[in-house]
Amino acid sequence: MQAQTFNIIISGVGGQGVITLLSLIDTAAFIEGYNVKSSELHGLSQRGGSVEVHVRFGKKVDSPLIPFGSADLIMSLEMLEGLRELARAGKNTKFLVNEYCLPFQGSLTKEEIKAHFKQIGDRLHLIAAFDICKEKLQNEVVSTIYLLGYAVHKKLIPLKKESVIKAIESTVPEKYRELNIKAFQLAYD
Amino acid sequence: MKKILLGDEAIVQGALEAGVDFVSGYPGCPSAEIGDEFLKIAGGPKGHPGLYAEWSVNEKVALEAAIGASFSGLKSLVNMKSFGINVCSDSLLPLVYTGTKAGMVIIVADDPSCWSSAQSEQDSRGYAYLSHIPMLEPSDPQECRDFTKLGFELSEKFNLPVVLRITTRVAHQRMPVEFNKVDRRPQKSGEFVKNPLQFSTMPPRVLEMKKELLDKLEKIKAYAGKLKINKIVGDPTPHNFGIVASGVAYLYVLEALKELALDTPILKVNLFYPLADNTISKFIKDLKKVLVVEELEGYLEKEINAIAKDANPKLQVFGKALLPKIGELDVEKVCLALAKVAGKKFKKNIMKQLSLPKRTARLCEGCPYWYVFPVIKRIAPEGTIFGGDIGCNMIAGLLPHNMQDYLFSMGASLGISHGIKKSTKQKVISIMGDGTFFHAGIPALVNAVYNKSNPLVVILDNRITAMTGLQQNPGMGKTGMGENTEELKIEEIAKACKVKHVKVLDPANVKEFEDAIKEFLDKEEVSVIICRRICALLAKRQKQ
Repeated sequence: MQAQTFNIIISGVGGQGVITLLSLIDTAAFIEGYNVKSSELHGLSQRGGSVEVHVRFGKKVDSPLIPFGSADLIMSLEMLEGLRELARAGKNTKFLVNEYCLPFQGSLTKEEIKAHFKQIGDRLHLIAAFDICKEKLQNEVVSTIYLLGYAVHKKLIPLKKESVIKAIESTVPEKYRELNIKAFQLAYD
Repeated sequence: MKKILLGDEAIVQGALEAGVDFVSGYPGCPSAEIGDEFLKIAGGPKGHPGLYAEWSVNEKVALEAAIGASFSGLKSLVNMKSFGINVCSDSLLPLVYTGTKAGMVIIVADDPSCWSSAQSEQDSRGYAYLSHIPMLEPSDPQECRDFTKLGFELSEKFNLPVVLRITTRVAHQRMPVEFNKVDRRPQKSGEFVKNPLQFSTMPPRVLEMKKELLDKLEKIKAYAGKLKINKIVGDPTPHNFGIVASGVAYLYVLEALKELALDTPILKVNLFYPLADNTISKFIKDLKKVLVVEELEGYLEKEINAIAKDANPKLQVFGKALLPKIGELDVEKVCLALAKVAGKKFKKNIMKQLSLPKRTARLCEGCPYWYVFPVIKRIAPEGTIFGGDIGCNMIAGLLPHNMQDYLFSMGASLGISHGIKKSTKQKVISIMGDGTFFHAGIPALVNAVYNKSNPLVVILDNRITAMTGLQQNPGMGKTGMGENTEELKIEEIAKACKVKHVKVLDPANVKEFEDAIKEFLDKEEVSVIICRRICALLAKRQKQ
């Protein structure tokens, strides 16, 4: 168990499953005996707009919001929403971004976003979770879970694989459970 | 037991432990999950047979329902978002005079930064002053559970309703919460024992009641001191500098103190009203400086300035001069203020800002409103005024629709359009949802008909209250607890209100919709078009 608080920002577009991801990380960290705090947004902010939620776990966590620059990891389910988080990142913040765009009028192209991301060099993990899940599982909705699997496998999040699987088992409705665990495992293959 | 709970869920747990019998409310963000959770467990074979819960038509009737329950000896809880307290205030003020019989806790959820609120950035703590209602402020989900129980305890002890005031970052915060498991509650029947001396505010009794209320508040202050409801946290040795904080801002203070390596003592104000001035006097008596950290208005700062006049006239009080009145606080804002008062250095750690295109809220895929907005915009003559209302139809104000000329409060699209019609020769179309129509649209419709006005009202009946997460309303034929009930048809209400021109249609039939708009816009009387098509999210849920 690590002594320092671990800070994760999850961003994406309302409806992509940002809160599901938050809830899984919360639960897994709780299973490992951490103190956990998180903050999320519902309502109007969820209707297809930018969503940013915070998850923190450690020995003692007070604020549900992560101080500027203190995120250890920024996970984003959409590229532009990942890029938006550069403003909140610190010198050591790592990025795990789904290589997937939900464009809108006036949005940036994938290439433009990639060019902006160059400034953080190898702190960026750009993963085609959407495409991988579509191809291997014929279901792209679980790409969020695939990303979580990747983060745990590559030790971008200091949580054990078993605790996350337990978290999936205890929070995901039964009929989607198997698919979610498959998506999580896929990142280890 | 310990489990990760959302602030809203922790409130439900606290209320169950306190023995709540009766729950009413109106859905809004960030409080809607409270009612949703109660409705999952109220009544029925799997839930608590002795627990009743409902979505009421608006917050005023929700409060009144709870008053009836309380007077009949049942413990009640009312849940609403910030603006709900405006709606129910007409009955709230007399309730504080009469007092309750069985305990009552009212949850009011403010939304600093307006994440999910139009209307205003309301600080509902102001209602404590207006109505004299005791008000507790939790900082996190554990306190949501604890203070809900405490609220019921105070309410039962002093026969007063108690407000639990939360904010978005408290309601939608998660953490592991310690609680006790509650047995299934058996059926319970109350009894209304007549006592007009308590329940009727008829003068001159009302002024005696006011006296009784002010006496109760003094007793609560003393009790709060005895119970140490407001807490002094941190180093007890003498300091020159102290902090007073409340709500989620208290958590930012803890974080900021760590960041700046300070051990400043904090007075955490949990009972905002009535404020236990003795505790505050003691805390500030030997200080040279105090920083008050509260979100939105500077209410506590004002109180402390007033108390310091006697307790410590030389005290320097810092608050809203260093912290914003607009928008929620965060660790950085508190660090900056704290560093200034403590004479410490603090450098913000942020990278350069990119200016990226903003992604705003939009209608869901398959939303029936995709049929509605473009047609209205195309058919309405140049210069037509579009009245907006609360709910998913607020999205009409954003791109690509951009058709909202004013937006106020529930039902106001119609109340205001009537005034415009009376004042100008311009065309006005009010657009409101079904939930909003039931909540506050009906009196506005009656007023427009009665006063011979002629706006066109388009009611978007998507068969549910959608924006707040799909809650039942009177148009559905189902109660919040899932029982079958009368289905109130909007067209029948409109006709009963003597609206001469009423049309019900599916907006997917574009031609029919276009013709109806054209025909009704030229009428000399009020006209109503009801666009009936199911919410895409509800349709998806029904399929599953």
